[in-house]
Order: sequence, then C-alpha cells, then structure tokens
Amino acid sequence: MAKRIDISDLNIYYGDFRAVADVTVSIEPRSVTALIGPSGCGKSTFLRSINRMHEVLPGARVEGKVSMDGQDLYGPDVDPVDVRRQIGMVFQRPNPFPTMSIYDNVAAGIRLNARKMKKSDLDALVERSLQGANLWREVRDRLNRPASGLSGGQQQRLCIARAIAVEPDVLLMDEPASALDPISTLAIEDLMTEMKERFTIVIVTHNMQQAARVSEQTGFFNLSAAGQPGRLIEFNSTEKIFSNPDEKATEDYISGRFG
Amino acid sequence: MTTTNAPQTQPPRAVRRLGDRLFAGSARGAGVLILLVLAGVAAFLVIDAVPALVAPAREVPGGRGVLPYVGPLLFGTVLAAAIALVVATPLGVAIALFLTHYAPRRLATGLAYVVDLLAAIPSIVYGFWGIVWLAPRLVPFYRWTEAHLGFLPFFAGPASVTGKTMFTAGLVLAVMVLPIITAISREVFAQVPTLHREAALALGATRWEMIRMAVLPYGRSGIIGGAMLGLGRALGETLAIALVLSVSAGTVTFNLISSTNPSTIAANIALQFPESSGIDVNTLIASGLALFLVTLAVNVIARAVVNRRADFSGAN
Repeated sequence: MAKRIDISDLNIYYGDFRAVADVTVSIEPRSVTALIGPSGCGKSTFLRSINRMHEVLPGARVEGKVSMDGQDLYGPDVDPVDVRRQIGMVFQRPNPFPTMSIYDNVAAGIRLNARKMKKSDLDALVERSLQGANLWREVRDRLNRPASGLSGGQQQRLCIARAIAVEPDVLLMDEPASALDPISTLAIEDLMTEMKERFTIVIVTHNMQQAARVSEQTGFFNLSAAGQPGRLIEFNSTEKIFSNPDEKATEDYISGRFG
Repeated sequence: MTTTNAPQTQPPRAVRRLGDRLFAGSARGAGVLILLVLAGVAAFLVIDAVPALVAPAREVPGGRGVLPYVGPLLFGTVLAAAIALVVATPLGVAIALFLTHYAPRRLATGLAYVVDLLAAIPSIVYGFWGIVWLAPRLVPFYRWTEAHLGFLPFFAGPASVTGKTMFTAGLVLAVMVLPIITAISREVFAQVPTLHREAALALGATRWEMIRMAVLPYGRSGIIGGAMLGLGRALGETLAIALVLSVSAGTVTFNLISSTNPSTIAANIALQFPESSGIDVNTLIASGLALFLVTLAVNVIARAVVNRRADFSGAN
C-alpha cells in the first residue's frame, strides 16, 4: 500500500558538517515526486534519510522528524531494518548481487522477510515482480544464470524487481536512469508511471526533462555556497515548477541560467 | 622455399618503444625463470627418489619398502594440517569479519597490525610456545575427553601425560596459519563494493544478513585462497611439529590425544636427515616428492572449486 510521508524540520549531518538544513515537506501517496538541483545540494542525502540508509555511514546522523502515515520513522524504538523493509530503494548504479542468479536476486528480499514460503508461491512472486519491472519476457528462460550477465538497463530493472518484490509502501530511486542509455531510460520512466498506482515514488534526477515527464510534484534543492548546507528552495506541482515557479532561483536553474 | 629476407607481404609492424620492449622482455624472463625453478625442483625430487623406489624393500628404513615408510608420514602430515584448517578457517574468517564490519576503525587498524605481526613470528617460536606452554595445559583436557568422549576414535586414549599429541600439534599449526587466513579474508572482505552492501541493507537486511548476502559470497574465493595458503604452510611446517609431536614410526591412527603419533613428512626429514646416508636419503627425498605432489593436488582442487562458480564470482 502506498503511504504518505511527512517530513518536518529535517537537518542531516555528516559528523559535524550539516549537509541538508530545515527541510519540511509532505510527499503524496500514489504519485511520483521528483527532486532536482545541482550536484552536492543534498538531494541524495535527503533521499537516503527517508529510509534511514543515511546513518549507515560512520558519523552520519539526522535531526528532525520523518513520519510515514503518522508512524515516526526515527522513533527511539524503531529498528532501521524494519524501516528499510517498508521503504525500498533503487540506486544510481545497478547493483544486483553478482554472486546470485536472477531468480535469487528477486527472491533475496522475500527470503529476508519470510523464510517459510512454498516454492510455487515464490516462483509466482518472482514472476510477478519481474513482470512488474518489465523484465520477465527477457529473462524467463535464464532465471538461474548470474545477474551480472544482464545489460545495464536490464540490471537496473532487476533491481527494481528486487525492490518491489517485498511490496514496499514507498520506493526511493536515486538517479535510477543516469547510468543508462536512452532506450533503457525510457523503459524505466514508463515503469515509474505504471508503478505509481501501487507505490509512493520519490526520484532524484539530474535530468529535468525526466522530472517533467514522470512526476506530479517537484522539489528544487539548492545551496547558497560551497560548504553551506543544501536547502529545499521550492516544492510545488511539477507543472508549476516548470512553467511559473515561485522562486527566482528555481526559474534560473530550470532555464539553465544557473550560477 | 626459405627466404632469408623478410617477405614483402608481411604486415607493417607496430612501432614499439625501447622501454616497452625491455619491460616485456624482463617480465617474460621472470615468468620463464619461475617455471624453470619449479621444473628443476620437480626433476631433482623425481631423480633422487628413484633409487629408493626401485630398491629392495628391506634396504629402505623400516625394512618394508618406500610406501609403508612414506604412507604413515603422509597420513600424519595431512591429519595435522586438517586439524589446523578446521580450527583456523572459521576463526580466521570470523576475525576478518569482526575487523572489517564490527570493530571500531581505530581498534580494527591496531588489531589488523597485530594479526600481520603474528604471521611474521618464526615457527621455532611457535614450537617452543607449543611445547612449553600449550602442551602441559592441554593435558587435563585430554584426560577429560578420554573419560567422557572416549567412545569417539579421536579421543580413544590413553591420554598423553606430556600433551605432545597430534591435537596439540594441530592447534599449534592452527595458530600459525590463523594470521594468513585472517589477513587474506580481511583483504577481500574490505573490497566488497559499497554498492552491494547497500543493496542488502536497503532490502532490510540486518548486518549479519548483509554479510551473508553480500560479503561472504563475494569473499568466497578469497577465503578458499587464504585457507589454501594456510594449508601450504601447515603441510610444510617442520620445526614446530618436530618439537611438539611425540612420534612412533609407522603409526597410522586417528587417535588425537595419545603419545603414539605418526610424524609428518617435513618434521621427519628434519629429524632424520642428519643421520642418513645412501638409500636413507633417497627415501627421505621420496617422502618429499609425496609432499610436493599433495601440495600440487590441493592447489589444483582449490582452483577447481573456485572456478566451478566463476560466473557467479562477481568478477565479471
């Protein structure tokens, strides 16, 4: 089930360095929210703080509140492992497990969650997930071959299949198409449009056309100078951001008059 | 049909710089040299072992021929090395995992240094430690195992009163090969790409599940490689075994806690060689040939195990 995410007064740190400052935003369920902005502005850091992947790095921490349908994700008794089981993530570079087959990659998350599953049920779920990622027809006859034998675009769709196999509430995508060719990129974008019926999708992208094509809401991150924290400058409907943004900085960025 | 001049149809040769040619030549020379040395050692072993192999059985030490002489030694060698690997491999992998994934960075750096230092301690020191410190302290343990686990052939007894047993020897070897296995495992575990570790964590894996999904499969060939290097040291170890193990010639037994043990090939050569001459020396060399072949076989098998799932190694 897609869920809504509310973030208030979020500050994200790497050790003593504040990378992202004072973000307050609500992310709607069953829609695609795009985050744009120049490199180093904290978009990816912000994204990784939603499923508590940020704190995997030594010294990284977060202040503020992130909640999903009212459930505080940073509550004192919340296990980050449980958060990550509800909020899936797709990374910039395709990262299927190279030591596993295609089938095992898709089943990896399920095997973590519920060990006891009948083989036939698992087969069905793997097929359903691969179909959901538009990959089934290409790999159906080589499910037991290593995932590293697939092309980059196929690997990224495999990662999407792996992420959606566990039926997360939210799917985070960190520049999922930036390492792919235009045809694979189109496949991923079409997939996002299909998947938003079932998940809340948040995508970080450097490609503004992509943000305009796939998203309903867009957030623009920027930083005033190097060494300063990134801030959420504007958050609006994608249509408004790309036609008549409220902030001058947003307009400068999307029209290329940046800096 | 032969021409001394270069034929005119030959394709133009690529320009090669002097530096490239020198480097390629010296690298090739080094490669060839290694093969020559190896072939030389093998040839020496075979040629000098032949007189013992063809000699009448009663002239060989022990009086029953080469195979009955070398067999128990080979058995002892493999048994001691096997004990060492069974103990040291899981421990080494566990230490490497602790160093790379659990220990705070400062502690990990220090500990890794200590582990590397352990690898540099000469084996005679381990031997002394084994005989003076470890062996006496294991005697009560041997008595206990004889009393309570005596139904297993490994602990049949009678328990040694000095502690100079096969089990002690195996443990000393384990301590010696532990740093090798640890150092190599740590190296490969540290090379697991962040991408793969984060893939597991983002799926909701705990740290241990992440290690099982991403780290151990990726490091598999490194673990095997480290264990094989350790096995090489354990098979060839001489002084520590010669000090620690109380031997009876020609014994073949799985009883690990008695004072009647087979010797190992390397220790036996070290102990017997000074007093040997003629056919005795050839027999010792024949046992050396057996050790050489076993080491070769172990490496071939290990390589086959690593290659069997090369497609899934993550190296492609």
